[in-house]
Amino acid sequence: MARMKFVCDAERCIECNGCVTACKNENEVPWGVNRRRVVTLNDGVPGEKSISVACMHCSDAPCMAVCPVQCFYRTEEGVVLHDKDVCIGCGYCSYACPFGAPQFPTQGTFGARGKMDKCTFCAGGPEANGSEAEFEKYGRNRLAEGKLPACAEMCSTKALLAGDGDVVADIFRNRVVQRGKGAEVWGWGTAYGSKQAGQPNGGKS
Amino acid sequence: MKRLLLAASAVAALAACGETPQTLEHSKHDTAAFQGTGLPYVAPGWKPGDKTSWEQQLKTRTQQGQNEYAKTK
Repeated sequence: MARMKFVCDAERCIECNGCVTACKNENEVPWGVNRRRVVTLNDGVPGEKSISVACMHCSDAPCMAVCPVQCFYRTEEGVVLHDKDVCIGCGYCSYACPFGAPQFPTQGTFGARGKMDKCTFCAGGPEANGSEAEFEKYGRNRLAEGKLPACAEMCSTKALLAGDGDVVADIFRNRVVQRGKGAEVWGWGTAYGSKQAGQPNGGKS
Repeated sequence: MKRLLLAASAVAALAACGETPQTLEHSKHDTAAFQGTGLPYVAPGWKPGDKTSWEQQLKTRTQQGQNEYAKTK
């Protein structure tokens, strides 16, 4: 199997925030933490685009590289997960991440920064699959239930695609061929290290 | 007296050598997703523990759920 990947089709995203709501609900994400956000590019300018952004589960994840306690690990399917029992909440990962994925709950004592929280590709964490402990810390483990991430499955326009990298890339490629435009895949170059057709130069990927 | 002081300082200087090594507790080993959860709410059409059927289940689900061109053609 290829790696699990997200693709956000900017031509289709209507900024409904359904993905954000689905994620919050499915994983019971705490107040102040949004594992997924919808971002508008060139807001107010004609032709503005919206994209849904969360952890992209990068091939060469910078968060993993900078973590001083090595709480990150990668599953066989290429999903980047972390162990909250090891995380010290230092925040280095949030500085390193190009997508702003790591989030920190602040409802602790005196607003102290808690353990890092991020998108798990609905794959839970190191605790036993489907256990209560896993749900409490990381949310639902939909992959172990034979399902795909809730954000993508709930996307009303199917702008957000999630799954096997080869399959989602194929679906996206077919769309581009059918409509004849919109080949830009925001974030793919940064996350997966490949330059996609139509992607602008100069670090705008 | 000098000898005693020397011995005491040597013991103090080597005290750190007696420390037990502290290793960082690394992440626990995660169970593979294809093993399933052993709970209800599992999507039908695949066998938990069978990697091939799990992979096929996800591919089928992606095509059926996210590729509307597959439905219209």
